[in-house]
Amino acid sequence: MTRSELIELLAKRNSHLAYRDIEMAVKYMIEHMSEALATGDRIEVRGFGSFSLHYRPPRVGRNPKTGDSVNLVSKFVPHFKPGKELRDRVNNAVDKRSANSTYSGEHSN
Amino acid sequence: MAVTKANLAEYLFEGLGLNKRDAKEIVEQFFEEIKNSLEEGKQVKLSGFGNFDLRNKNQRPGRNPKTGEEIPIKARRVVTFKPGQKLKIKVEHHAATKS
Repeated sequence: MTRSELIELLAKRNSHLAYRDIEMAVKYMIEHMSEALATGDRIEVRGFGSFSLHYRPPRVGRNPKTGDSVNLVSKFVPHFKPGKELRDRVNNAVDKRSANSTYSGEHSN
Repeated sequence: MAVTKANLAEYLFEGLGLNKRDAKEIVEQFFEEIKNSLEEGKQVKLSGFGNFDLRNKNQRPGRNPKTGEEIPIKARRVVTFKPGQKLKIKVEHHAATKS
């Protein structure tokens, strides 16, 4: 599903609202979440998951073309931890599908 | 302060002039539709933010850390988030201003 497909779905579910408002709402939400992370704030959505920043220490990297070493400064990267509901729903969908295939998880000890 | 659903709804109310009920509903549905898609096994790509991908993990041996008992960790499917270039740059910059 892409961003525009998501907007389509939300527009269908909210036919009393202007399409433009849905588009803007999605834009605002994504911007607001990005801004929050950029200032070091976390995002916590129950049932969905949380976003936070992880620190990456400085390291010596290499230019893959020339082999020269490059000093890379420390940085932060976004990290997502799926919430319990999302984890369970994604995984249960798989369990249901493979329920027919035989699975031997027995250990003999 | 951490961003929550209530906080996002408030933002839509103030910034877009949506009424509070609509704002709350849209925030709720936004996350619900993403979960639905992932549940159906479909990746979600939010341009400007990042991609939510699915990975199938094989069964692997595990251990109960308390008892030391061996229990296999079943094969499962997990969600991973791959931040987009735009978000990565935004966030990386945070480090530069901090240090």
